[in-house]
Amino acid sequence: MKGDRLLRGFLYGYLGLVFIFIFAPIVFSIIFSFNSDRFPTIPLGSFTLRWYETIWQDPDVWEAARTSLIVSLSVAFMATFLGFTTAYTDYRYRFKLKPLYLALILLPPTIPLIIMALAMLAWFAKIGLSGKVLSIIIAHTVLTAPFAMAIIRLRLSQMDASLEAAAWNLGADQWRALRRVIIPFCRPAIISSFCLTAAVSFDEFAIAWFISGLNKTIPVIILEIVTGNIDPQVNAIGSFVFLTSMTLVIIAQVVLMTRQKKEKGNHG
Amino acid sequence: MTQGRPETETPGRFVRLDVFKYSLRLPIIIWQALFFIAPLMFMVAMSFFIVRNYRMTEAFVMKNWLKMMGRDYFWDSYVLTFGLATLATVVVMTVAFPAAYTLAFRVSETTRRWAVFLLIIPFFTSYLVRIFSWYVILAESGVINAMLGFIGLGPFVMLNTKFGTIIGYMTLTLPLVIILQTFSLANIDRSLVEAAHNLGCRPWRTIYRVILPLARTGLIIAAVFCFILSFGDFVSPYYLGGSKPPTLPILIVDTVKSGQQWPRAAVVAVVMMVTLFIVAFGGIAAAYRRRVS
Repeated sequence: MKGDRLLRGFLYGYLGLVFIFIFAPIVFSIIFSFNSDRFPTIPLGSFTLRWYETIWQDPDVWEAARTSLIVSLSVAFMATFLGFTTAYTDYRYRFKLKPLYLALILLPPTIPLIIMALAMLAWFAKIGLSGKVLSIIIAHTVLTAPFAMAIIRLRLSQMDASLEAAAWNLGADQWRALRRVIIPFCRPAIISSFCLTAAVSFDEFAIAWFISGLNKTIPVIILEIVTGNIDPQVNAIGSFVFLTSMTLVIIAQVVLMTRQKKEKGNHG
Repeated sequence: MTQGRPETETPGRFVRLDVFKYSLRLPIIIWQALFFIAPLMFMVAMSFFIVRNYRMTEAFVMKNWLKMMGRDYFWDSYVLTFGLATLATVVVMTVAFPAAYTLAFRVSETTRRWAVFLLIIPFFTSYLVRIFSWYVILAESGVINAMLGFIGLGPFVMLNTKFGTIIGYMTLTLPLVIILQTFSLANIDRSLVEAAHNLGCRPWRTIYRVILPLARTGLIIAAVFCFILSFGDFVSPYYLGGSKPPTLPILIVDTVKSGQQWPRAAVVAVVMMVTLFIVAFGGIAAAYRRRVS
């Protein structure tokens, strides 16, 4: 049918445009980071590494990178731990208030960051935790634990329930079965949850900006530079952040995918 | 259930405390109570506190509420924020639909999986940097106006307008909305769509009478997420929209950053939360309402 082919062509073209819209700012920011003009436009200026040199020599950026690294690693650890305990509880137990229990962990991402930021700011001031690196870690853990829970829960739903039961019947107590059966089975999900929660924390700026005080993270530095004036340093830092996050995301994806392929292969 | 499960909850008998069970169940309850529920409750309480000599004192007065509710600029901000978020939802849902339709019905499953993977990437790039990038692209001497200049058009003013804000909201929400729409369309029973086609139903009519009703729940959820994200975002209206008049999230930022008026910021935040609850529950009610006719 000719009409259908026309429609198909139109739809593919449209899809292409949508993807261009979505990736244009990312691609342009990487291009701008190597561009000599302070205010980049077309035609582009000459190639330069000046913006990278500037941030490389900036002690504030190094300090922020260190803070960001500490925060995102701690967040990844905490969020994955909490996500695992919750996912396992949801997988294994049934109890009366379970919907409420699940809502408790799954709700945070539906609340606007700016509101979480204000609430955290006030609460940490109240309990004497304001302006500490620890407060950023705590806030980001609340924010990212739902993602960890979802990833690990998905993995648990692929598990054969009789595996754990078999371990019990063979005399393992619950802790041992958890350590020897459940955790090894969940390992790929645990690794990808670790990477993804670290990546989300590494990018978060609203809450970090409100509560970080003097312990600025990389996104907070970006926010401050952007608020000041047009400065292509932002593109250089942004490209660095992009590289870090993408590495984490790709590791997460590869770990999950290869594991699933291997299992499919074993069954087939 | 499964044999060999050491369940200890036998009613009427001595129940041994199951350390294992509770050490897995309790951490998240304690954690979220302390660092999720408590901050939000405290924020609600804070909206009744007073500020004296630049210091916040715990109290229970209506002053902040009366002050904010009585100001015209607050209501201007409210109407603007609600309007912009609604507009963004309509625009994003419309722009996303043909893309999601293509991904759900017109490509192979491998292509779809790759497309979804690509759509996840933006979540892990700095939203701030993307908005800054748009700022440079949309500027009066920026990339778009330079390109339009070659064919003798422009320059157009795109920054500090509602158009700029909507572009920013789209940057934030479009990937998520396409993913959610694609999943809800892909989960439709194919045979129903084919049946409509075989019975001579035209494509547009099939979309309107078969596909949209079947995918309703997922589509409404996508719209609700789009609204929540746009309503709560301060970056786009600030950097691309010019923040005059400010939206509610900008109002919160300004109030907090310019002094100790946290209680007034809390009033704004509570109003936002109530609005979002109403929108979310309205959406969920509409999503799960039984189909009429």
